[in-house]
Amino acid sequence: MRIDSAERFAALRAEARQRDESQPRKVLVCCGTGCLATGARGVAEAFAAEVAARGLDVEVNLGVKTTGCHGFCERGPLVVIQPEGLLYTKVKAKRVPEIVDRTIVGGEPIPGLLYKNPANGERVSAYHEVPFYKHQVRVAMRNIGRIDPTDLMDAIAHDAYAGLAKALFEMTPEQVLDEVERSGQRGRGGAGFSTARKWRSCRAAPGERRFMLCNGDEGDPGAFKDRSIMEGDPHSVLEGMIIGAYAIGAHEGFIYVRDEYPLAVVNLELAIAEARRHGLLGESIMGSAFDFDIRISRGGGAFVCGESSALMRSLEGKTGEPRAKYVHSTAKGLFDQPTVLNNVETLAGIGAIIHHGGAWFAAMGTERSKGTKAFSLVGKVKNTGLVELPMGTTLRHIIFDIGGGILNDRPFKAVQTGGPSGGCVPEALLDLPVDYEKLTEAGSMMGSGGMIVMDDRTCMVDVARYFLAFLTEESCGKCVPCREGLKQMLAIYDALVDGRGSDGDIARIERLAAGMQLGSLCELGKSAPNPVLSTLRYFRSEYEAHIADRACPAGICRALTAYEIVPEACDGCHACFKACPTDAIEGTIKELHVIHQDACISCGACFDVCPTQAIRTLPKVELASREVV
Amino acid sequence: MPTLTVNRRSVTVGDDATILEACRVAGVEVPTLCNFDGLEPWGGCRLCVVDMSLRTWDDDWFKMVTACNHPVEEGMTVVTNSDRVVATRGVVLDLLLARCPETPLIQRLAREHGIEETTYQRNPEPTDCILCGLCTRVCDHIGVSAIASVNRGWGREIAPPFNEPPPDCVGCLACAEICPTDHIKFSTSSTVRTIWGREFEMLRDPATGEAVITKAQAEHFAKRSGVPMSYFEMSDRSKRLKTAKTFEELQVVK
Repeated sequence: MRIDSAERFAALRAEARQRDESQPRKVLVCCGTGCLATGARGVAEAFAAEVAARGLDVEVNLGVKTTGCHGFCERGPLVVIQPEGLLYTKVKAKRVPEIVDRTIVGGEPIPGLLYKNPANGERVSAYHEVPFYKHQVRVAMRNIGRIDPTDLMDAIAHDAYAGLAKALFEMTPEQVLDEVERSGQRGRGGAGFSTARKWRSCRAAPGERRFMLCNGDEGDPGAFKDRSIMEGDPHSVLEGMIIGAYAIGAHEGFIYVRDEYPLAVVNLELAIAEARRHGLLGESIMGSAFDFDIRISRGGGAFVCGESSALMRSLEGKTGEPRAKYVHSTAKGLFDQPTVLNNVETLAGIGAIIHHGGAWFAAMGTERSKGTKAFSLVGKVKNTGLVELPMGTTLRHIIFDIGGGILNDRPFKAVQTGGPSGGCVPEALLDLPVDYEKLTEAGSMMGSGGMIVMDDRTCMVDVARYFLAFLTEESCGKCVPCREGLKQMLAIYDALVDGRGSDGDIARIERLAAGMQLGSLCELGKSAPNPVLSTLRYFRSEYEAHIADRACPAGICRALTAYEIVPEACDGCHACFKACPTDAIEGTIKELHVIHQDACISCGACFDVCPTQAIRTLPKVELASREVV
Repeated sequence: MPTLTVNRRSVTVGDDATILEACRVAGVEVPTLCNFDGLEPWGGCRLCVVDMSLRTWDDDWFKMVTACNHPVEEGMTVVTNSDRVVATRGVVLDLLLARCPETPLIQRLAREHGIEETTYQRNPEPTDCILCGLCTRVCDHIGVSAIASVNRGWGREIAPPFNEPPPDCVGCLACAEICPTDHIKFSTSSTVRTIWGREFEMLRDPATGEAVITKAQAEHFAKRSGVPMSYFEMSDRSKRLKTAKTFEELQVVK
């Protein structure tokens, strides 16, 4: 059915809701990239087959739907059973008949499949009681995991395009801009520029054509929120783009999706085709006088193309390289025409902002950072996955309440936020409320919302080196400070972790970092020294130890670290013997084991497997001095 | 016609002028490696960084920008020698010297900024290519686009497609002649020119026998301009002789 009026949309929405409510018994199988990798497709198919084989439709009126990512990827495949809201984790296809028997027909939960709270070992039955979900407030991710991303009617039943209908039929573009301004929403791609201001300046700029773009080139290591939104609720992205286009007066739109997100491309393409068929895209949207259409452009695998000017060059079919932005892209962007480029998460929030009003959004968050923010919580934390929280939530709450604390209960050391352009925040700042300003003050940044949690087995020099290596690979090489600077910076770090550091290194790092920050052409180069400077700021003593003592205090850098067995703690379990890749460990079961230093490559495999913490690290230099004695 | 100050000197320039042009009008030298009059500014070498403040900003607030591509504005203040500008330029030259330790132009510029030896790791395979992009930009500008930059980051280099002799090249030498470090090698004899691994037939002036232009370039220019091929195969000397002859004939008529 083609929607050609506000009334027709309202009728369709009522019908979609009615269909949704008539089927309270649902099995939601997460089919995000993470769960697909652990076998979700097989689980969904098993459910469908099992239901069909038993003719359950009559009996319990069951709907099986595949949804987008629930965010708790580490526990996948995830299955939610409605209406009870039971969350089953790590579901295997072979257990599907049992689930149908006991839960769907029998009406009782299967304890073994319920989520076990690592904090107290208790099983949690309800989805919303799982600590990982309990504290979340989802705006941009409001429908992910609830709807089938390939089913437009399901999305409409959950308020998709309600904001668009309101904008088109009840508001002028100026009123849309006012509403977005009231929400106080700032760009979720990292820089945090006001959405309303960006839209306004584009609307005011003279131009023959105007473009509304969506940046889906999420490339930070460890970040995957945009992917989950594009995969799990593509209509929220389309709706945000259409409302934005209406507000700025654009008729053409592009979604730039990185090539490594094939499922996002498939789901977006499906959503665009469905939206066109129903009159939500194309000419005369919903029967209004407004025309707008969207095309998808796939990136070629360059991190720098997430930078706005490089993304636009890439869209034009040129080499994806940044150019100076002394003239804003809102005035001269794609094909030198006024252009708005918004992040996926920014756009996903727009429909809800218009639907519920800007004041609703602005009621959440802090004074200058409104609303909620999605984070990709990863690293050495018990619960990893996607979380969305009001701005101003403390790091401690995110890591310890939602994340469940540090893996294996090791001590927390730092959290890296904001991807390669961000920085490391130490334990002393755990109570920092997370918003744009606070993170920047701490020497990090909001970035794309990546949060990598690190425990005490993390060398901060090595962490900085990791991000430098990533950026050295990804620098486009157009400007000298970024291209040559990153390479030279990496060379200094290679020497540091290899025990070849020298006295002037810290000063050389600082001088080069300043030159790169001030001299680089685009934000990639300007922010590239952030991981370096933030680790220097909070963990300077580790740098000094690498240089002066030839020691890695965290016991990570291989060239500087030796491993040995503490005789009193070793119970001769033989686990280290089996784990050692170079046969450097000698010992028989129930006897004391010994590491032969000449064969040891300091990989740490023994350390990780030892159940009695009998393996300790020590600086190699200490070992050498011991031999002299 | 905006008026601005460059190092406390007041200058008035055209509406479309860049900061670099304003600096030149003010007689203030700003080093550049990737800028060339007639080609669109690129902003890659970062040597022309300056501190800039607008009238509406706080007094002590300056932003560092590249002079080559930043438009001027009424009441703008430009400082080309602040401590951080000098320091940043120094880092850029230090890095370039590490990349091109044997290139006379870079050595000279570095020396002018007090750098004799690079503080960084010297390139074990010294090159003269500073990746200023002038060659590829001039090639695009004349409508040939035979060469381009390939790879990214440290692996970036200038190359013809697939590193094979470029099929679109016309052998005009624009790339080699614009190259500030003479990195692009070529040879021209009376019959053949070689560049980028390709050989080009030379057209010779019918009157003097001088090798003037490659046949491919003459064809390219003739096609683009509509001027007949015979014009391009004349050497400069022949053109002058022809002009002189025309004047001679005019005088006779008089």
